Amino acid sequence: MQQNPSSAPIVSLRDVQKSFGPLLVLDGVSFAVERGEVLALIGRSGSGKSTALRCIDRFEKVDGGEIVVCGHRVDRPDVDLRALRQDVGIVFQSYNLFPHLTIEQNITLAPCAVKGLAASQAKDLARKVLAQVGLEEKLHAYPEQLSGGQQQRAAIARSLAMQPKVMLFDEVTSALDPELTAEVLKVIEQLAADGMTMVMVTHEMGFAKGIADRIVFMHRGKVHETGPASILTSPTTPELTQFVGTGNLKS
Amino acid sequence: MGGHLNINHLMFLGQGALWTIGLSVIALIGGGIVGFVIALARISPLKSVRIASGVYVQLIQGTPLLVILFLGYFGLAAIGLKVSSLTAAGASLTLYVAAYLGEIWRGCIQSVPKPQWEAAEGLALSRTQRMIKVILPQAVRIATPPTVGFMVQIIKNTSLASVVGFVELMRSGQIVNNSLFEPFVIYAIIAAAYFAMCYPLSLFSQKLERRMGRGRSNLAPA
Repeated sequence: MQQNPSSAPIVSLRDVQKSFGPLLVLDGVSFAVERGEVLALIGRSGSGKSTALRCIDRFEKVDGGEIVVCGHRVDRPDVDLRALRQDVGIVFQSYNLFPHLTIEQNITLAPCAVKGLAASQAKDLARKVLAQVGLEEKLHAYPEQLSGGQQQRAAIARSLAMQPKVMLFDEVTSALDPELTAEVLKVIEQLAADGMTMVMVTHEMGFAKGIADRIVFMHRGKVHETGPASILTSPTTPELTQFVGTGNLKS
Repeated sequence: MGGHLNINHLMFLGQGALWTIGLSVIALIGGGIVGFVIALARISPLKSVRIASGVYVQLIQGTPLLVILFLGYFGLAAIGLKVSSLTAAGASLTLYVAAYLGEIWRGCIQSVPKPQWEAAEGLALSRTQRMIKVILPQAVRIATPPTVGFMVQIIKNTSLASVVGFVELMRSGQIVNNSLFEPFVIYAIIAAAYFAMCYPLSLFSQKLERRMGRGRSNLAPA
């Protein structure tokens, strides 16, 4: 599938530059994600991996370079943000479910408001995506009644309901204990198996190794080393060697 | 002149109290509507709108209500606009309340955690949809205790409308006193009447705040 010349990458970053004030966060970052591919962005805190991810969905504006996501020129000021975000789903570390709405309302809100789906169709959709993450019985619960892992699965379901072409995961298990992490990772694994294109920032090296088609190791705002998951077990740069050697490789 | 406090005096004071409530309601509704617009203007994506609304808030908050009332009544009359004392008092209080409620509500809207905005943005909701469906319902919960608390201030501040000849509770007390010369008794009654209007609201505000404290876990993590 990756060899198909007619299909452009779903996500491509070319020489992306981004500074926060005097701090250069992204220093010429380039990578591409093909349809159906799972790409894991790894690196130390402050290496720019989360910023790179947020640039894909234009939560950060880039200072230079080119970002194309599902045909949208994200680096341009005139990009249609709402069209972009219908194609891109994003899940955050802190779940960010809407606390005043039930899980069902959380899920149906955007499909109804943005895509004009009828309420009954949206409810069917909510049931379907909740089944995908194993939470059908929580349809009418409020977020506060759910565990962290359940909330994160509900947030994934909410994103899925918009039927995005690519999903972004920003350290989605960092706030969870190992047991809850496992249930969220299982859901993501299933998504990968279903062929969803995904970009994930993760500290779960064992998981990245198991699920990612490609690893991008970021260091000081640059893509320092990239390759298949096997680079985690046989890194070529001393920085990645040190990074995976410091107890990050759990499996 | 002279005589004793009788039922007619009390009826007169009662009528004044009703006007105090009436003026408070006008100030709250008028100020609430304008204040809501101010709150939204203060966080507008347009810089000019943010600045203009900020200047308004600063001007009003830096001016005594008494001066605003004089400007509304005598000032407008001086430039040829004759307004009734009710209109002048209602309009002045509306402007005054709007500046404060606008600031209180802006703070409440902005205290909804930023990730909530981002989550709504990530779902492709428009700015208006984000505001109406995600942010405002959460902001209202945060805003309720301080808003009810501020209502107490409004009720007490309507007493200043007596200076433009509006016969609310304070003014009716002055009028009764002018005929009876029993200031201690009469102003004690006035004080008790204000207290009777304000205290239930204060209690309600405290109750809401306690409930908010308990429900804090309902808010998304910051």
